[in-house]
Amino acid sequence: MARMKFLCDADRCIECNACVTACKNEHDVPWGINRRRVVTLNDGKPGERSISMACMHCTDAPCAAVCPVNCFYTTADAVVLHSKDLCIGCGYCFYACPFGAPQYPRVGNFGSRGKMDKCTYCAGGPEADMSEAEYVKYGRNRLAEGKLPLCAEMCSTKALLAGDGDIIAQIYKERVVKRGYGSGAWGWKTAYRETVAI
Amino acid sequence: MLIKRKSGEASRGKLQTLAVAMASEAVDRRTFLRRSGLAVGGLAAVGAIQLGAVKKAQAVSAPVPGAPVTIRKNICTHCSVGCTVTAEVQNGVWTGQEPSWASPINRGTHCAKGAAIREIVHGDRRLKYPLKLVNNQWQRISWDQAINEIGDKMMELRAKHGADSVYWLGSAKFTNEGAYLFRKFAAYWGTNSVDHQARICHSTTVAGVANTWGYGAQTNSYNDIRNAKTMIFIGSNAAEAHPIAMQHILSGKEINRANMVVCDPRFTRTAAHATEYVRFRSGTDIPLVWGMLWHIFQNGWEDKDFIKQRVYGMEDVRKEVEKWTPEEVERVTGVPGAQLKRVAEMLAKEKPATIIWCMGATQHTVGTANVRAFCIALLATGNVGSSGTGANIFRGHTNVQGATDLGLDVTTLPLYYGLTEAAWKHWARVWETDYEWFVNQFDEVPAKGGRPARTKKQNMEAPGITSTRWFDAVNMPADQVDQRDNIRAMIVFGHGGNTVTRIPEAKKAMEKLDLLVVADPHPTTFAALSDRRDGTYLLPIATSLECDGSRTASNRSLQWGEKIVEPAFESKDDYEAMYLLARKLGYADMMFKNIKVNGTKPVAEDILREINRGGWSTGYCGQSPERLKAHMKNQHKFDLVTLRAPKDDPEVGGDYYGLPWPCWGKPEIRHPGSPILYNTNVHVKEGGGTFRARFGLERNGQTLLAEGSYSKGSELTDGYPEFTMGVLKKLGWDKDLTPEERAVIERIGGNNVDAVSWAIDLSGGIQRVCLEHGVMHYGNGKARANAWNLPDPIPVHREPIYTPRPDLVAKYPTRPDAREFRMPNVGFTVQKTAVDKGIAKEFPLILSSGRLVEYEGGGEETRSNKWLAELQQDMFVEINPADAADRGIKDGQWVWVLGAENNARTRVKALVTERVGRGVAWMPFHFSGFYQGADLRNRYPQGTDPVVLGESVNTITTYGFDPVTGMQEPKATLCQIRAA
Repeated sequence: MARMKFLCDADRCIECNACVTACKNEHDVPWGINRRRVVTLNDGKPGERSISMACMHCTDAPCAAVCPVNCFYTTADAVVLHSKDLCIGCGYCFYACPFGAPQYPRVGNFGSRGKMDKCTYCAGGPEADMSEAEYVKYGRNRLAEGKLPLCAEMCSTKALLAGDGDIIAQIYKERVVKRGYGSGAWGWKTAYRETVAI
Repeated sequence: MLIKRKSGEASRGKLQTLAVAMASEAVDRRTFLRRSGLAVGGLAAVGAIQLGAVKKAQAVSAPVPGAPVTIRKNICTHCSVGCTVTAEVQNGVWTGQEPSWASPINRGTHCAKGAAIREIVHGDRRLKYPLKLVNNQWQRISWDQAINEIGDKMMELRAKHGADSVYWLGSAKFTNEGAYLFRKFAAYWGTNSVDHQARICHSTTVAGVANTWGYGAQTNSYNDIRNAKTMIFIGSNAAEAHPIAMQHILSGKEINRANMVVCDPRFTRTAAHATEYVRFRSGTDIPLVWGMLWHIFQNGWEDKDFIKQRVYGMEDVRKEVEKWTPEEVERVTGVPGAQLKRVAEMLAKEKPATIIWCMGATQHTVGTANVRAFCIALLATGNVGSSGTGANIFRGHTNVQGATDLGLDVTTLPLYYGLTEAAWKHWARVWETDYEWFVNQFDEVPAKGGRPARTKKQNMEAPGITSTRWFDAVNMPADQVDQRDNIRAMIVFGHGGNTVTRIPEAKKAMEKLDLLVVADPHPTTFAALSDRRDGTYLLPIATSLECDGSRTASNRSLQWGEKIVEPAFESKDDYEAMYLLARKLGYADMMFKNIKVNGTKPVAEDILREINRGGWSTGYCGQSPERLKAHMKNQHKFDLVTLRAPKDDPEVGGDYYGLPWPCWGKPEIRHPGSPILYNTNVHVKEGGGTFRARFGLERNGQTLLAEGSYSKGSELTDGYPEFTMGVLKKLGWDKDLTPEERAVIERIGGNNVDAVSWAIDLSGGIQRVCLEHGVMHYGNGKARANAWNLPDPIPVHREPIYTPRPDLVAKYPTRPDAREFRMPNVGFTVQKTAVDKGIAKEFPLILSSGRLVEYEGGGEETRSNKWLAELQQDMFVEINPADAADRGIKDGQWVWVLGAENNARTRVKALVTERVGRGVAWMPFHFSGFYQGADLRNRYPQGTDPVVLGESVNTITTYGFDPVTGMQEPKATLCQIRAA
């Protein structure tokens, strides 16, 4: 079975924010909820790089591990989804998530933050595929239509790749070999230092 | 844990089968919008979200279960790359957007603006019905009343002050058909004061480039940059201004391992991806380029054969370049000699090389000279007229190229025919309106201010007032304005008011106008900025996406966009608004003689056919609506790099995508378009060409015709002049004309048939016969390194009017004061006064402006789009950490940015960053709605205020105009910054 992943090629990302507005457009995500965002490091300095961030659909998702009501589930395509019917808006997942993916519609010192919202990998939620109920709570279900997440499909420079992890890894590898300079995969240097030369 | 089933059918249609009951009641777009309340702003929505439901508050554009889905394609309106937008429409409502995989230009992708474009149409901040300002209150009126009152007022002003007292400001958001119609409208009204955004973006490019080799447009294409081995960006931040271009640029960089050099005063997002970044001082482009050429000439790296065969006057350039030693270049630009030598060597040796430029180069008092210098660098190194080379000029709006081509310009009728008698007679023939009738529509100009009077005919042939000076023509004493009277009325279609420099003076002028008409989807700065109390009309106009018609991308490809949905609310498209006004003014029947009008709606296809019938000069004659629609339908067949369809295709075989102009002859001869201009490696019937012989045959004893260079398969194997019937006869080729073609030529020529040229031959016969013989009817000339008709025939460095280096002004002063475009240009006096007063001490920081990826142009439309507005909520100024420390300014705090004129000031947030060098401040130009610290939100008609407002940078920009085009100077002026 495919394991769906995102990969952002930081040597291609130009911080154009198409992924962000494509997501808003597709799911009609309201102001203040950011399922996806672009982060720029070393802004304005040599070595400036941008990467597009959303839920990374972890294999062993920390959000699921801390959720007191067990609202998370992983689909057969390895997409991490959740049920808004079960969610109690406690915010534990926000603290657990290393990527800042969970978003909440309410702010305040007391009480619920509202039902958590996050990137669904354009795969909807537990309701029937492409149903009205699913659309209202989670947005469109492109995966069920045989399409990939719109953020990646619309990425201006094809920096953001989405699809089966093995396939996008292969695409990325070929790209790096062809252009002949360092890996733009975010975190590569942290993980491997300079010991792996491409 | 829940495990979700994953066996959905691959079609969005499934949604239709579910909840059919929901759709039992037919919902059309208007009731849909009405029901949703229209008032749900992004900000307001935050508090209103219900538990669980993310989008309950946002129902406007939700998919409608059970409704069939129609796919419609249009073109994104936000820059000139020309991305196809694929819309899913249900029940007349735009409910979804899919990637446009088939387009060879964007291949499915978009930037933030393109990906958010659906909201532009749904936008709840749009104008909904016509409004009139009465005693400082906005009143709703009907279209009939609006057109009647506007028309009556215009006729009254015309009688009292002349036709030239009404100014026609058009738009780069028009379709080609809209732009053409607007220019035609001004001709019927009787004025040449008709302009659009190209004045302030690439007017200098058009003038400079056309004066070098014939046509003032991008020579190659975005896709062709994939072939380049060296790309030099000067004053272009493609990553923010043309993000989809970056797809091609970065692919070229990766696949060819191409050099990507970015020369810019600011370390842009584009520079972040460059292989070499050159930081230089704003306004010193010419020394920068001459500095490169100095190394090229010193080392003999120039392309000697190319220069000998195809370039005139390079020796004169050599003399000027000799002055620019590495030491002098470093003194003026700040760039070390060794770095420029490296870049020069890439340009000359790692070929093909291209120079890419944008408004960083063009928006200067020396804009025309700047782009001339770039062209000369390309000519010297033989980098024009083949793939991977060329002047890749990235233009700004969807159709700024087309609107320029179609004559929204004070110096020409459509398609660069100019304003001469011959030009007027050509268009009078196409329009089938009597030439004398046009003459009588124009004003007689009395002698004043020591200048002689002008007859109607002379006035008809005199360039109008540029959009950069309209307010001066309102404010200045009448004897200073070289026409019958001052400007009294502004008719503004699709044009922001905050994109032109010196806003405090524009504001004064807005208050003086007798009539101000804003025809736009949004009220714009024109409606909100001034203290006008009466006499402003707002007409709700359809967005570009609600309008049929063709758009010309920067690479000269025409793309047909279809109306995605009917115009929302009471909006009408540009064509209908113009028709209604023409009808009121009494010349609709003449103006629409050959254009079908359904009710009050002119048919876009018919307008294009009329353009085809008259568009010989620029090759707008072959792109019939049928051919363009076939291209949109067969987008997937065009090659990504060459843009060509396979020859054997039945519908688009052999065509280049969008039939990039020039596409010669009648549509029936199926010229494929010209993807690369002046390309001699290709037969003219396959899109090849030569440099245009438009500057004469010889000068100072030197030939201006090409020597030993000609296009592939040409029967003439040397340079030749442009073709007339006489030349055709001399070669004996006139026998190839059909009797019909000959009859048309004889009718046009009257008693001087030999003088009928290729550009005014309405039969297309001369073009057809020339193509058959493999020759280019516009001649085979040399490009001009020396353009003797320009103020500076060889570009010379001139310091900005407000320069941070007054010590250089004595050696490099701006041009002497002069009169241009009916107005005085006193740049020299202003510069001298600034130096004498020591303005640079009081205002020590260079101020430059530019684009953000989220917004476009004046920004009213994009700042009203909540998906975009969320990403940029504050106007800001970028300031270097050292300059900020000197002033005690912290990142994110409010500051005052003070301008050098009018005691103008703006209150904005500080963004402390090394992106700008020490001594440089940079501000985006998309904001308005705040003026010198005051919030103008309540000036907008209720519900039409953009989500985000901010100070406009042009409140503090200053005087300075290019002598050739009247271009403003927002890229190099001075300011001071203080903590607020």
